[in-house]
Amino acid sequence: MTVAAEKQPAVDRDVCIEVSNVTLRFGGVTSLADAGLSLRRGEVLAVIGPNGAGKTSLFNCLTGVYRPQEGNVLYRSRGGREVSLLDRKPHQICRLGVARTFQNIRLFAALTAFENVKIGAEIRQRTGPIGAMLGMPWVRRAERVSDEHAHDLLAFVGVQHRSNIIASALAYGEQRRLEIARALATDPEVLLLDEPAAGTNPAEKRDLESLINRINKELGVTVLLIEHDMRLVMSVAMNVVVLNFGRVIASGTPAEVQGDPAVVEAYLGTPADGGDGDAAPR
Amino acid sequence: MTTLSAVARRARWWNHARVRRIGAYVFAGIVVALVTGPGGSEGHYSNGLRHGLLAPRVIPFIVGGLVVWAAVELGGRQLYRVRPLVTTVVSGSQRRWQSPVVRLVSYGLLLVVAIVYPMHISEFWRVVAANEIAIYVLLAIGLNVVIGFAGLLDLGYIAFFAIGAYATAYFTGRLPIHAPFTLNPFLVIPLAIGLALISGVILGFPTLRLRGDYLAIVTLGFGEIVYEFAKNQQGITTGSAGVFNIPHFSIHLLDINYDWGLPSLPYYYVSLGFIVVVMFLFSRLENSRVGRAWTAIREDEVAAAATGVATLKYKLMAFAIGASTSGLAGVLFASKVGSITPDAFTLQYSILVLVLVIFGGMGSIAGVALGAAVLTWLPELLRTHVNPQNRFIYFGMLIIIMMIFRPQGLLPSRRRAREIRFAEAGLEGADALGPTPGSGLTS
Repeated sequence: MTVAAEKQPAVDRDVCIEVSNVTLRFGGVTSLADAGLSLRRGEVLAVIGPNGAGKTSLFNCLTGVYRPQEGNVLYRSRGGREVSLLDRKPHQICRLGVARTFQNIRLFAALTAFENVKIGAEIRQRTGPIGAMLGMPWVRRAERVSDEHAHDLLAFVGVQHRSNIIASALAYGEQRRLEIARALATDPEVLLLDEPAAGTNPAEKRDLESLINRINKELGVTVLLIEHDMRLVMSVAMNVVVLNFGRVIASGTPAEVQGDPAVVEAYLGTPADGGDGDAAPR
Repeated sequence: MTTLSAVARRARWWNHARVRRIGAYVFAGIVVALVTGPGGSEGHYSNGLRHGLLAPRVIPFIVGGLVVWAAVELGGRQLYRVRPLVTTVVSGSQRRWQSPVVRLVSYGLLLVVAIVYPMHISEFWRVVAANEIAIYVLLAIGLNVVIGFAGLLDLGYIAFFAIGAYATAYFTGRLPIHAPFTLNPFLVIPLAIGLALISGVILGFPTLRLRGDYLAIVTLGFGEIVYEFAKNQQGITTGSAGVFNIPHFSIHLLDINYDWGLPSLPYYYVSLGFIVVVMFLFSRLENSRVGRAWTAIREDEVAAAATGVATLKYKLMAFAIGASTSGLAGVLFASKVGSITPDAFTLQYSILVLVLVIFGGMGSIAGVALGAAVLTWLPELLRTHVNPQNRFIYFGMLIIIMMIFRPQGLLPSRRRAREIRFAEAGLEGADALGPTPGSGLTS
């Protein structure tokens, strides 16, 4: 933890999402208890933890789906604007530059891959229904811009050859990548990926790994990642935060976290007889 | 042992599936005999049954059923050989349909028919065309925006029609309360569209946070309020007595003086003009950013919001656009018919318009227009063919059969047809009117 302490002054300046003391309850169930993390601009941060640890709840608090009872979520945009993400609607948060994908893929099933991405690409356009009905030149221009953007992104994630196929007819791995393309089309500064590798095969996992790296390096997008696949986490994440029962029990580099006894305990349980301490989360 | 007896049972010839299907074909023959046979009447309810089942005319139908059975079961292989041929023809015509030239020409031909044909029909059918078909087509096209595009179930849609009609009465000075000025009904059109639009927004703003069934109940309540208001506020709307002598359209511009009087044909052409314009504008809208946003909301509202679509804004937009179309239809109706009573705006009519939309094919503008035209024309046609009091029985039966065998409607929209296919395949995000999966997430 000394590493984190040394970085402290630098962290303050280029943190882009600061989650502090967030507590989320559903009736008597506490989903997040005093959780906090800071996401630095340009990094890939992984959130791991056992099932039910509150990872997706955390995402939902960040994207305006849930409203936590306590705590705050601050977002600093590249322009230096500092806003709270609480009290904002999901679409407003998306327009601020925080896009997400879903654990269970949620594409617009009856639209083509291309149309799915285009919806993301045109959210900041100002064209309205009357201009669209009358076929105004600026509407056509805006359409061309979003067409191009959508094409580029489909190529970026590698499903350009499937752009006219309806989303639900795509292979599972392609649907995952299409969902990422749709999120990227909104031109985000921060991309939240909720278990992007769930249900994919080893080859698709390798593709995903390079895709996340390219999103981070080529597009300069900060990535917050929920993932169960430790190999993927270890290879793409610069830092890791571990949640258990809604609390942050450890954070640091992947290697540090892997050796943390609290993490081992969360994943494997307390050894009855003291046990050996060097087991690591898979 | 059990397997042996099962084999024996299956081997019995009358248990053979092919033989058992004879029953179904014979039954179908009897049903056709009944449907096409003489109807019942008030004095003799069993008239149809007696003459349909006991008379010798049922025999050819049963024989016909057997022939069809034989053709399908014994000549089945030949039929299967025909099938690929049929699919090539169908897909070929679909491919050709996608060419803009073919589409433009077909729509042009349809328009010419719609213009020329009514010149050669009797005044009775002209009245049907102007008073019913044109009005319902316009209503259905408007409701299609709300239900077909945005997926919002609106059961109070006819209220906006009422608002348009009463606005006409108000601005032409036919209500007990007087407008500061009286206008030609033509000039009421923009005012009525604006009023319907505003009331759509007023209704939509607090209620569009609800979804699915809850929204349906709220809109139903709104429809009732407007209806009861029109019926009971005698000092304002003249109540159930109704409003009379609403003036016809007229143009007095420079040297042009034209009055739309009693004849229906001129009114039909005005309505047709509006329908063509509205269809053109809405099809542009469907393929724009707005139309895509509506589809996204309909498919998965949570994902749409997470992708940055301002869901409430777009739902309001759909509501307002639908409402203003309804208001326009209200002006046309009030001015053509010349009198309105609250009973023209009951829940029944909201549901009827909903049926028209579903029958034609939700989300498909051409389908909805065709469906509305067919379903308003049919009861009038049946009037001369069956006992007029029974004609809505046939109407109901047609709708039931249609929903069982072609739930996507007459001319389904491409997107909607896909959704129905997914629903049948048990895939997600398919329910057209119900809440989206996991929709409990957002507030």
